[in-house]
Amino acid sequence: MKKAELVIVGGGPAGLSCAIEAARLGAKVLVIDENERPGGQLFKQIHKFFGSREHQAGVRGIDIGTKLLEETAILGIEVWLNSEVVGISKDKHIWVVKDGKTSLKVEADKIVLSTGAIENSLNFPGWTLPGVMGAGAAQTMINIHRVTPGDRVLMIGSGNVGVIVSYQLLQAGAEVAAIIEAAPRLGGYGVHTAKVRRAGVPFYISHTIKRALGTDRVEGAEIVALDAKWQPIPGSEFILDVDTICVATGLTPLAELAWTLGCCFQFVPSLGGFVPDHDQYMETTVPGIYVAGDIAGVEEASTAMEEGRLAGISAAAALGYLSGEERERRCGEVWDRLNSLRSGPYGEGRRKAKELILSTEGGIACDRAI
Amino acid sequence: MTVPSDHPGVKLSGAPNREEVRNCPGYPGEEFAKKGPIVFIECVEEIPCNPCEASCPRGAIKVGKPITNLPVLDAEKCIGCTMCVAACPGLAIYVKDYTYSETEAAITFPYEYWPLPEKGQEVTLVDEMGEAVCQGKVLRVANPKQYNHTPLVTAAYPKEFFEQVKSMRRLNK
Amino acid sequence: MARVLNHIILGAFPERRKVTITVDGVPMEAFEGEMIAAALWAHGKKDLRYTKKHNHPRGIYCGIGRCTDCVMIVDGIPNVRTCKTPVKDGMVIETQKGLGEWKGGTGHEES
Repeated sequence: MKKAELVIVGGGPAGLSCAIEAARLGAKVLVIDENERPGGQLFKQIHKFFGSREHQAGVRGIDIGTKLLEETAILGIEVWLNSEVVGISKDKHIWVVKDGKTSLKVEADKIVLSTGAIENSLNFPGWTLPGVMGAGAAQTMINIHRVTPGDRVLMIGSGNVGVIVSYQLLQAGAEVAAIIEAAPRLGGYGVHTAKVRRAGVPFYISHTIKRALGTDRVEGAEIVALDAKWQPIPGSEFILDVDTICVATGLTPLAELAWTLGCCFQFVPSLGGFVPDHDQYMETTVPGIYVAGDIAGVEEASTAMEEGRLAGISAAAALGYLSGEERERRCGEVWDRLNSLRSGPYGEGRRKAKELILSTEGGIACDRAI
Repeated sequence: MTVPSDHPGVKLSGAPNREEVRNCPGYPGEEFAKKGPIVFIECVEEIPCNPCEASCPRGAIKVGKPITNLPVLDAEKCIGCTMCVAACPGLAIYVKDYTYSETEAAITFPYEYWPLPEKGQEVTLVDEMGEAVCQGKVLRVANPKQYNHTPLVTAAYPKEFFEQVKSMRRLNK
Repeated sequence: MARVLNHIILGAFPERRKVTITVDGVPMEAFEGEMIAAALWAHGKKDLRYTKKHNHPRGIYCGIGRCTDCVMIVDGIPNVRTCKTPVKDGMVIETQKGLGEWKGGTGHEES
């Protein structure tokens, strides 16, 4: 059986940052990723990141991804691609299916779960038609595959994902017919909404989709206004001529492995739903199992990378590569950077939600479920 | 054409309105707005971001700590060099020059779309709502490596539209 | 839908080897290594499978291999996630009806 000191499941921004941090400290690291290329969703993020210099502000996600891969290679970190982790036992035996064909087992001392999140769907008549897709899926198509999903797009949801993907659809040469938002206020950063607004994209607040038109594929969308109680206003319907409907209504942590491991969970709506309970070192309630990135609460790539570093430092310390004192110092530095990202009117809520997780003991256990 | 103040602002219509822009500490103020090339920073929400501060060679932009502070412009120090225009990840800064010529003002704004306009090309300039304001003539297109794929377009346009113009209509539209 | 040939940030469409795949019996040009679903959408084919019960069309939904909307029969293997399976020269792709049918074999053989 293959043995590894630290196995990281998921090679996105959190997983790679974790791997780099732990490998630098001397840990023998194995990253397992189900995709043919590591980097998670970083390579479709072609916009410049916010933050300050130490958060790599002004650098595009795609370039941050390239840098992470370079560091991973320099450090000689082992990365298994096209490899899906289908189960983990409590004694940290990991079952991997490689290339959809070969079954392998890995024995780990410590495990970091950095499996990310999945886009939420929205159910409305016609939501299964070809042409309705996650905003992230559209972003993958235009920026990774270089194919526009359609010519005219309706975006549902005005959070940062909705407005950033709308902007990138324009950059790819598609038209964005409208961005609709069920809430009475727009959700995303003003600088993002302003970018698409001055490009001529209208916003409709207090509006939602009533149905998608078309039988074999999307041929339009019927929109309806909502009243103060979020109820559709009869007679306010209108049709938008679109061939694509993108859904940007939030994400949910991909935490199946943590559930099956018996980790305790907390329900935190502002972080995407059920989140594995964890301490300030990113360790879950199952000793030796850590989480980092969107699985630990949906935020953004900048925070995911910092959480990855926390998990990497903590796991390396637990493996004996770092003194307790040194762990405190290094984690403290990361926490300072995390707190500055989680500040201001947009970040405060996430900071408080995270603090709640750290201060609450236990949460919902799922031991009985296995 | 919409007047910059007649929409309900950034959280309702997407773009900051005239009042929000003028109340923001990145606004150069009446005294300096028309004196020569100067930046207009339309950063009206406290988000964690500060590259504009470090990009300014004259120390005219201050964010400080916490980095969610709104950028404060010291209009006396700003010479309208455009370094911050390319550095702003939110594409929320532009430089305007009221004194460009007797009849025309000039604007330099970030433009991240393909194709880029060419020098001398006539383009449609738009306001913050994307509505056409007037025609303008492209004076310069700068896309050096350090701008990291955020090209800057400079265009001249009639002075009477000095305040409204924010960007140009996309050419791939 | 169209290929994004020029892009202000990503540059020109990357050079790739053109190969031929067969889709429902019809030859189609695609780029080696691109995802099957992307190649099909670039050619305007958006219905990738039809559901078992109601025969409803499905296209690309999540685009990252989670939702199974895009599964097709690839080289005789049903339920292949085409959003994360790269194109190889000579691939035979079929629109999947229901759960598809496996007639044996192990899929694409390297030539």
